[in-house]
Amino acid sequence: MENNVSKSVVENILEVKNLRTYFYTDNGIVKAVDGVNFNLKKGETLGIVGETGSGKSITALTILGLITIPPGKIESGEIIFDGQDLLKLKINNLKHFRGNRISMIFQDPMTSLNPVFTIGNQLIESILTHQKISKKEAYQKALDLLDMVGISDKKRRMKSYPHEFSGGMRQRAMIAMAIANSPSILIADEPTTALDVTIQAQILELIDNLKNKTNSSVILITHDLGVIAKYASRVMVMYAGKPVEFASINDIFYNSIHPYTLGLIGSVSKLNEEKKERLKPIKGTPPSLIDLPKGCTFAPRCKYAIKICKESFPPSIEEESGHFAACFRAKEFLNKSLSRD
Amino acid sequence: MFYYILKRILQIIPVIIGITILLFVLMYIIPEDPARLILEKGATPQALQNLREKMGIDKPIYVQYWRYIKQLAKGDLGTSYRYRRSVNSILAEHYPNSIKLAFAAIIIETIIGILAGIISAVRKYSFLDVLVTISTTILVCIPVYWLGMLLQIGLGLKLHWLPMSGMGDGSIKYYILPAITLASVSTAFVARITRSTMLDVLSNDYIRTAYAKGLSNNSVIYKHALKNALIPVVTYIGIDLGTLMGGAILTETIFAWPGVGRTIYLAILQRDAPVVIGGTIILVLIFVFLNLIVDIIYAFLDPRIRLEGGSSLDL
Repeated sequence: MENNVSKSVVENILEVKNLRTYFYTDNGIVKAVDGVNFNLKKGETLGIVGETGSGKSITALTILGLITIPPGKIESGEIIFDGQDLLKLKINNLKHFRGNRISMIFQDPMTSLNPVFTIGNQLIESILTHQKISKKEAYQKALDLLDMVGISDKKRRMKSYPHEFSGGMRQRAMIAMAIANSPSILIADEPTTALDVTIQAQILELIDNLKNKTNSSVILITHDLGVIAKYASRVMVMYAGKPVEFASINDIFYNSIHPYTLGLIGSVSKLNEEKKERLKPIKGTPPSLIDLPKGCTFAPRCKYAIKICKESFPPSIEEESGHFAACFRAKEFLNKSLSRD
Repeated sequence: MFYYILKRILQIIPVIIGITILLFVLMYIIPEDPARLILEKGATPQALQNLREKMGIDKPIYVQYWRYIKQLAKGDLGTSYRYRRSVNSILAEHYPNSIKLAFAAIIIETIIGILAGIISAVRKYSFLDVLVTISTTILVCIPVYWLGMLLQIGLGLKLHWLPMSGMGDGSIKYYILPAITLASVSTAFVARITRSTMLDVLSNDYIRTAYAKGLSNNSVIYKHALKNALIPVVTYIGIDLGTLMGGAILTETIFAWPGVGRTIYLAILQRDAPVVIGGTIILVLIFVFLNLIVDIIYAFLDPRIRLEGGSSLDL
């Protein structure tokens, strides 16, 4: 994965610019995604990390146009895929991209499959929606897909209903559906959150292998830094709907210049550390997305906050090549005049 | 599957015993002498006593009941006091009319009710949704006999589009008004149940998955959502079919429909116990049978429901 980063001229397959997705609720406007910028390179795995409610999933759902409007509304932004702005497409055109060029794997395999149709039926449906082949060919293809995702006893499994599958098997079936049309981008929205730890590793390994086999790109959304460290080449850290730091995996873990990222890393246990320390949780709770604080949204919880932090939100600046951060004190972290403690 | 159906059929026996005991006691309490119903006014006490002995109604209630059960086991529902014909033949004459009318009503409520419910759910808060909500509220509130009379006066008496009452030659035009009247309340309920379960189903994760696969709106709604949403609707329609088949007393009376509802109603007025009891037993049988059918349809609609004694795959 390292080498992906070093090859500097890799074409962007997806560019998201200044994306804002708001929800108009009775209690006020929820700024779920508020100014997200990122690019996805061909063949890479991009990690999006953040706490619950930081806007990771909404970002992904917006890309596929799966936000319910109303109450949702895409306030601004561009999602450039294949030279087209997906946000400008009519739903009838967008549906040719869904599940075909861009696929998504959802968080909870228990509820993401339709309980009243067989796995085979749902798999074949995915194929036939985008490919003009006969039912028989689609059936054969579905068997191959089950093979690819490691489901044995395929013919019998095709006739099974989702409730006859375990969680891990369902997620495998979901992945089979997602890769049915060899998509260029696979968005995995917390694909392992609902699974056992042992199954988690298998599923992530499977996604990674399939990515390498098909040379597609993956957006891996998770709150698990360990998962990010293992599979992603670049990471976007989100907080309260905004990206706060965006850098290569090495920079994020060893050279972070945003207090929130530092806090996240500090709150994870490390096995190989010599001195045994208590975990350092980030104090406080994320702000309500309806009533965001003036200034930096992280400032109320930030131990490095200074006066200006409470007054305006810091712009996202490329502090060093490929390393973006939205913090007024990022430079001080960078030139080590501020200790990372 | 087979054992499940057998078990359900055997369950009918205690139900029948319970129902007959209840009806027997009720008819026994009514201070009316069947012998007096049958004989002319002014019959001698001796003639009345002879008839009572002949009919066996001078015996204690449990003796009468035992006799009735023995007779019932042979499939004989007894003889009507009023018409002096076998109850079997009276019911055989009238039941088909009620069943035909019930099916006409069920077709109306299924098609219109489910469609209105889907439109209402998919276009939540739109003009159409509001229209459906208001009209279902009105339909539920309107008394059936008033709606029936209104239709009779409007479409029958004033406009002469449709016959006002009776079955005539049994052609479709005779069915329209009574079927609409009979279906009115149920159609409103079906529309409302469909709307609410559809809204519930549409908020499920697997609907989002279906959209993420690139399916069209129609295939998400009519394939993925509808099959899930139909389960409660099927329950309601199944139970309603049972109710309607028992003959709709009000509708059949207003439209002079020669069905079983009207027959039982008249029999109650005339204290014609064998017809009341016999008609009710048939009603119970139909009801239990339809419930069984609904349960079997369930297993087809929802693979997670397994009928006892076999897996859903055996279907």
